[in-house]
Amino acid sequence: MEKQIHIEPVTRIEGHAKITVFLDDAGDVKDTQFHVTELRGFEKFCEGRTLWEMPGLTARICGICPVSHILASAKACDAILSVRIPKSAEMLRRLMNLGQYVQSHALSFFYLSAPDFLLGWDHDPATRNVVGLVQANPDLARKGIRLRAFGQEVISRLGGKRIHPSWAVPGGVNSSLDVEDQKWFLEQLPEAKDTIRETIDLFKTSFDCEARDVLGEFQSMYMGLVAPGGVWEHYDGLIRIVSQEGEIVEEGYDPSRYFEIIHEASEPWTYLKFPHYVPKGYPEGMYRVGPLGRVNVAERFGTPEADAELEAFRTTVSRCSGKVFDYHYTRLLEILASLERMEQLLNDERILDPRVRAEAGINELEGVGIHEAPRGTLIHHYKVDENGIIEKANFIVSTGHNNLAMNRAVNGIAKTYISKGNVTEGILNRIEGGIRAYDPCLSCSVHAVGQMPIQLDIVDADGALQQTLTKE
Amino acid sequence: MSKVKVATMWFSGCAGCHMSLLDIDEVLIDLAGRIEFCNSPVTDLKVFPEDGVDVTLIEGAVANEEHLHLVKEARAKSKILISMGDCAVTGNVPGLRNGLSPDKMIEDIYGKDTTTNGELPYDVVPHLLDRVRPVHEVVPVEYFLHGCPPPAGVIAKAILALLDGKEPELVGEDLKFG
Repeated sequence: MEKQIHIEPVTRIEGHAKITVFLDDAGDVKDTQFHVTELRGFEKFCEGRTLWEMPGLTARICGICPVSHILASAKACDAILSVRIPKSAEMLRRLMNLGQYVQSHALSFFYLSAPDFLLGWDHDPATRNVVGLVQANPDLARKGIRLRAFGQEVISRLGGKRIHPSWAVPGGVNSSLDVEDQKWFLEQLPEAKDTIRETIDLFKTSFDCEARDVLGEFQSMYMGLVAPGGVWEHYDGLIRIVSQEGEIVEEGYDPSRYFEIIHEASEPWTYLKFPHYVPKGYPEGMYRVGPLGRVNVAERFGTPEADAELEAFRTTVSRCSGKVFDYHYTRLLEILASLERMEQLLNDERILDPRVRAEAGINELEGVGIHEAPRGTLIHHYKVDENGIIEKANFIVSTGHNNLAMNRAVNGIAKTYISKGNVTEGILNRIEGGIRAYDPCLSCSVHAVGQMPIQLDIVDADGALQQTLTKE
Repeated sequence: MSKVKVATMWFSGCAGCHMSLLDIDEVLIDLAGRIEFCNSPVTDLKVFPEDGVDVTLIEGAVANEEHLHLVKEARAKSKILISMGDCAVTGNVPGLRNGLSPDKMIEDIYGKDTTTNGELPYDVVPHLLDRVRPVHEVVPVEYFLHGCPPPAGVIAKAILALLDGKEPELVGEDLKFG
């Protein structure tokens, strides 16, 4: 008899979602679906509003990575203004994005995911969370909290507040860097670096290559922006897509023409669309973005400590890792790289230049803003009228790019851990973990948000509900 | 002294209020000793405890059928309900879709003109309500925390006051929208 298992809502990820596992007559996994259950409709209600509002308004797509949307939006607006923003403005936008990487990756690692693998996948769900981590390992938890706080403080000191700072604007940013803040950031960096060094060491000694198979491994393409020479990039650059073997699939692709190689599909059972690589079609054109995607497409980080760690990582896997768990590993490497990049920027006196904004009117009627958000490539695409009123807006968010891959990850884990209808809470948590590794920001994905809590329904072949399991 | 049970929920919003809650940073460590975090997007507990909770903080507006069901459950299971942030308090950004037809919106976003295959999401996913509503339009609410998001300090102030059995004193800047 065919059965279905539903997990809802999936918790400790940033958004509303649930999972259905379809079992066959023998109780083995036949299929799985990862559902995103909210839609807010930003594409539609942005229509008719002015270009100038877009960074502030679209920041509200996501409270976890508002800076990502503020920057992608500001870049799309720069394109419509047809300006090249001042050097200091670009450096400051980069600095804020790096602060965002630190806070967002630290949140994902310490608050949301570490409870699974530092406390244990089968740990009591009542304390398998950040508070449990605080009680079990207060030193590490405190350091993790301070690391995230540092990233948030960078955003706050630059933009006036931690969440939804109205700071990046069409043409640049609206305030320059204060010397006192520059000094403070530089003073804080050593502690942040120590924390991430220690965490990377802990991670490496806790999880060898084999242990990192826990969430499965599969082949896909990878996408990300790279700087000249294939160097890791987070703010600008050109699109590169590589195969699982690390062979170039697309190189130097102009991001403003993304729509020629990336289309979106939709399914009746989720609000999250499925971006795919056009030449391979849907659903074969699956690719992954985010920390693992960026690290897999890049030749190197371009900073000494991160490059040394990258080399150590690559000796444990082939050129491109396909392990889902390595999202956590690469996320830690990116925190280190981000801190090194911040240091470089802060030691460059050009960052203090008070000329931070290019003024212009509407000079193009269409603009694409693209950059690497913590969770992957983020695209804002606007069409406006002569007065700068939005006629059409499209957003392809980082988590969306990973939708096919998240479905694939869930499928693989379900098949590994469920057989003959035998399901335990720890197994369910591993399935969720497969999703959590991508650190999906479902607020973004459906330009909606919500909680990801879990319920499991078992339904027979006739569609009748046989049993419901919930995590309590 | 038994710990105070706190739940948090997340409807139509951006997670920013929950992030602001986490932005209390190290205060979180102190709170861990006095609070029992129950169902919340940041824990693995997905349903209310049988005997309910003392306080539920709600982020986001009521925008779909599931929220409507959950907000009523939250009211029934909580001694104190707090609307956390402008979306819960006023509808705010999610409310900007009021006036647009949900079906038209879905057709425009997922239909054949936009996607490869034009499948419209109407299965499994909760259906959108015709109009997005603030929480207190659906159930009574005891306290309101303004802001997009409310600053971490305001959230901490409210929680700490309630823990001491006092009325939160929110004045001046604490009451700012946006």
